[in-house]
Amino acid sequence: MIWEVELVLFLFLILTAIVALEAKDLLIAVVTLTIFSFTMALMFTAMGGIDVGFTEAVIGAGVTGILFIVALYQTTIKTND
Amino acid sequence: MREQFESPIVLLGARLLSPYIMLFGIYVIFHGHYSPGGGFQGGALLASSIILIRISGGRIISRLQIREFFTTPLAAIGVIVYFLAGFVAVLYGGYFLDYEALPFPGDLSPAELRYYGILVIEIGIGIAVMAILVMIYDHMARGEDYV
Repeated sequence: MIWEVELVLFLFLILTAIVALEAKDLLIAVVTLTIFSFTMALMFTAMGGIDVGFTEAVIGAGVTGILFIVALYQTTIKTND
Repeated sequence: MREQFESPIVLLGARLLSPYIMLFGIYVIFHGHYSPGGGFQGGALLASSIILIRISGGRIISRLQIREFFTTPLAAIGVIVYFLAGFVAVLYGGYFLDYEALPFPGDLSPAELRYYGILVIEIGIGIAVMAILVMIYDHMARGEDYV
């Protein structure tokens, strides 16, 4: 893959991880975690693991986000720390 | 807590998107043995298309598609398909999951026997993964969605 694109993906990965850790609103954290997961899937695909990237895109960016949101609706949407 | 309300635009978008996701999931399952993907990924795609309808439409609309009590038997059927494909091979004198020993009709070469054996396995895994992911969603969202 073109290394400039990969560098941008790396920076985006770190940015979304920090936002997901630091956000006070947990819905923002879930959405940024989904973006993190999709970027991770793109990087797996770029490294040649197409099967792993496919699984990451389907599970991490699809199903896990929905399950996190359902869990949020059953508990609280703000963090305590 | 944020309010839940019915939105026809969200429901229309989900209804537009869901059949294509489901078709792609079936494509991934049936091409899993010679291209990336397979039973798990295809089953997760099928589950996400069903969960999309459930999360946007609520309980009454999703009841038309797959009812809540159908998910547990579907998961059991998927696991049984997987286990039977392995055990029939043992009965016909091979090892467990030895696809060359499977008794498919017609005279097929060993490569074609493996081809169809893996296809049966992938279908079983796909049904089980789909049913279990939908079951997890149903048990998490019980009593939470609007009527």
